[in-house]
Amino acid sequence: MPDPRFKILTSASTSGPGDAGRTGSWRVERPIIDYSKCTPAKTGRHTCHLCWLYCPDSTVSKDLEPQIDLEYCKGCSICAEECPTGAISMVSEEEFTGGDKDE
Amino acid sequence: MNNSFIESGNVAAALAVKLASAEVIAAYPITPQTPVTEKLSEMITLGEMDAEYIAVESEHSALGVCIGAASAGARSFTATSSNGLLYMSEQLHWAAGARLPMVMCVVNRGVGAPWSVWNDHQDAISQRDAGWIQVFAKDHQEIVDMTIKAFRLAELVHIPVMVNYDGYYLSHTYMPFELPKAEDVKAFLPDYEYKHTLNPERPESLNTVTLPDARVDINGVKRPGYMEVRKNLHDEMRLAMVVWEEIDADYHKSFGRGGNPICDPYCCDDAEFILVAMGSLANQFHDVVDQLREEGYKVGVLALQMYRPFPTSHIAKILQPAKSVLVFEKGLSYGNQGALYADLKSALYPYPARPTLHNFITGLGGREIRTENLYQSVKDTCLNEETLKPEHIDTPQWIGLQL
Amino acid sequence: MSSIAKTNVINLTEEEFVHPGNRACTGCGLSILYRIGMKALGRDCIFVVPPSCLTVLQGLYPISATQMPVLNCTFASTAAVATGVRAAMKRRGKKTQVVAWAGDGGTADIGIQALSGALERNEDIIYICYDNEAYMNTGVQRSGTTPRRGLTTTTPYSGKKENSKNVPEIVAAHNPAYIATCSASYPLDFHDKLLKAKEISGLKYIHIQTPCPPGWGIEEHKTVAIGRMAVESGLFDLYEIENGKKQLTGQSSKQLKKKSLRPVGDYINLQTRYNAYDEEHVIALQAMIDRKWEKYRKEFSQE
Repeated sequence: MPDPRFKILTSASTSGPGDAGRTGSWRVERPIIDYSKCTPAKTGRHTCHLCWLYCPDSTVSKDLEPQIDLEYCKGCSICAEECPTGAISMVSEEEFTGGDKDE
Repeated sequence: MNNSFIESGNVAAALAVKLASAEVIAAYPITPQTPVTEKLSEMITLGEMDAEYIAVESEHSALGVCIGAASAGARSFTATSSNGLLYMSEQLHWAAGARLPMVMCVVNRGVGAPWSVWNDHQDAISQRDAGWIQVFAKDHQEIVDMTIKAFRLAELVHIPVMVNYDGYYLSHTYMPFELPKAEDVKAFLPDYEYKHTLNPERPESLNTVTLPDARVDINGVKRPGYMEVRKNLHDEMRLAMVVWEEIDADYHKSFGRGGNPICDPYCCDDAEFILVAMGSLANQFHDVVDQLREEGYKVGVLALQMYRPFPTSHIAKILQPAKSVLVFEKGLSYGNQGALYADLKSALYPYPARPTLHNFITGLGGREIRTENLYQSVKDTCLNEETLKPEHIDTPQWIGLQL
Repeated sequence: MSSIAKTNVINLTEEEFVHPGNRACTGCGLSILYRIGMKALGRDCIFVVPPSCLTVLQGLYPISATQMPVLNCTFASTAAVATGVRAAMKRRGKKTQVVAWAGDGGTADIGIQALSGALERNEDIIYICYDNEAYMNTGVQRSGTTPRRGLTTTTPYSGKKENSKNVPEIVAAHNPAYIATCSASYPLDFHDKLLKAKEISGLKYIHIQTPCPPGWGIEEHKTVAIGRMAVESGLFDLYEIENGKKQLTGQSSKQLKKKSLRPVGDYINLQTRYNAYDEEHVIALQAMIDRKWEKYRKEFSQE
């Protein structure tokens, strides 16, 4: 039991998102999903979900219509590369300036 | 059951660790500490002690095991000497900065190069800036008592404690000592608890990269930067002196021994010349003091038990009234002076009327320290006006050179 | 015959154990394997992490990206610190998994002494080496696992002169309870090997090839693809060793039936770290792979 007179400052971190801030600001391009090509969206059944599997930052949801968390998506484009039906395309962030994009 | 023993200092240490119910022992052989690990291994194997015994592959890993175990909620212990202590140097700094409660016995031995297996204090002295509390035992009884008290100190203040005792002079010689009863030590030492015990139910990430500046956490609360963490270690090391005295008072009540936990004076009250030393050398000086007193010299010896944190005001209070202070040490800060000497000088600096200070280096690499040599060098200093000249003060004098 | 319960994308748990918005590079291979690996390990874990990319991914004080307790340690001591944590768990009667996550440097170079000691003592921990084949966290310097002729900042122009260490073989010489090789591009294979490792007592060593876009000189979106090429070409193999018996798993096992594998040139030519490779070097590497797989076809043909 530590003595209560001692503060014992040490480096002990608690967990939460955004240690690097809004990593969505790292993006140069953002993934856009064409649900007409996306297999789970098209079939209404949970299948494929490779974009969800391979996302390094867990910013793709496992919904039938997968959603991208733009707050943290770094724009690596692995989802677009791995999508077997080519449902994901990468679009320049400039197209969205003035919308969601932070500086 | 008889609690009086005549055993070696190493065995005394091992028995104290058993009484303290250390749970995780990391063991690696190095002369002259090895018998500690052997005795602990024997007791655990025979079922006399209930602990995990991990025969690690290096001293760096020995302290690594202790760091892991202490962080995860177990009372840990290891011992080492000399180059083993140096090898784990980065881990020393780590354990201190992580505010881990642990105890390590260091059986003091000279450091290479060249190789020496014999006693001096350079190993501990070279690590004085690591942030560990350092105490020095003078005899086997103190090895036992300090080791037990060290566990309590470490766990109360969350700073690791190094219990030093002289290689061979204490580790391998046989002296009588008392062991407190196991159940009494259990009452004296509450269960181990670390403030940030690794626990999946309360997950934390310990000792991550900490920025220069203070930064806001996940709840928006500003947390310390690196400098605040380190300042806190320093401040609480200073405060630990008070706790050490409180523990000693409680130990005195429970076991009948103690009273001078920070420094132990002998004939210092009216002394004009005070000798200062750490470890068994301080006890050796008693004969010198007795002899010189018979000859009419007002000499005393002050044994320093707590070296880090450095007990500035305790020391200054005792030394300041003296005419001369003679600091004898078994190590030095190369290129300058004895480390203890420099610390003492700094402690006395604020006093306008302060004693002259003299630095003596002795016993390096186990060079025999003959009582008659000590006696002669003290007497020479007391009598000789030469030694008070500025060009002689502040230059370490070497006792016992042979060539 | 191994009986790993097969996890697929559909039945893989949706629960996440690492937070987004962390400092890992865009397209980081470690991020993928770490995220999926944790789904196998679950919350009752304590991680031990030396200086490495994972330290940065963890986060800077006071924010941590990992939802499990993490003990950061000095570079050389990962396996020793994990040993200590495990000893404490034993004392407290806890079944909490102790998992060490170290990079190739922290395993094969500076960390090898502690790892060897822990192996010899057969400590009951899971030791994961994520091998991105260089000291990536400090800016791409050569390590013991950097491949021959690989370009790094300390092996510029003509690349590394020496061969890489075969760490799983070094580990195998210690006869641990379980060894497995994995790839960040086959995260489900990694996931299931972890599930298996959790049930085994003793030291479980997992070596996982981890593509690194900045370090390997590939585009960020190629991370998974490049790792697949390493396995499909037979350069990097997915296998397990249990009770001294080695067997290929997953994609590597499937490839045993094939007469020829994907040309290793596909893999080499996509990475600028292999710019010191001439045609002759690719041919030599291909020949080495071909010889290895000839042996595999004979060795594993009875399975």
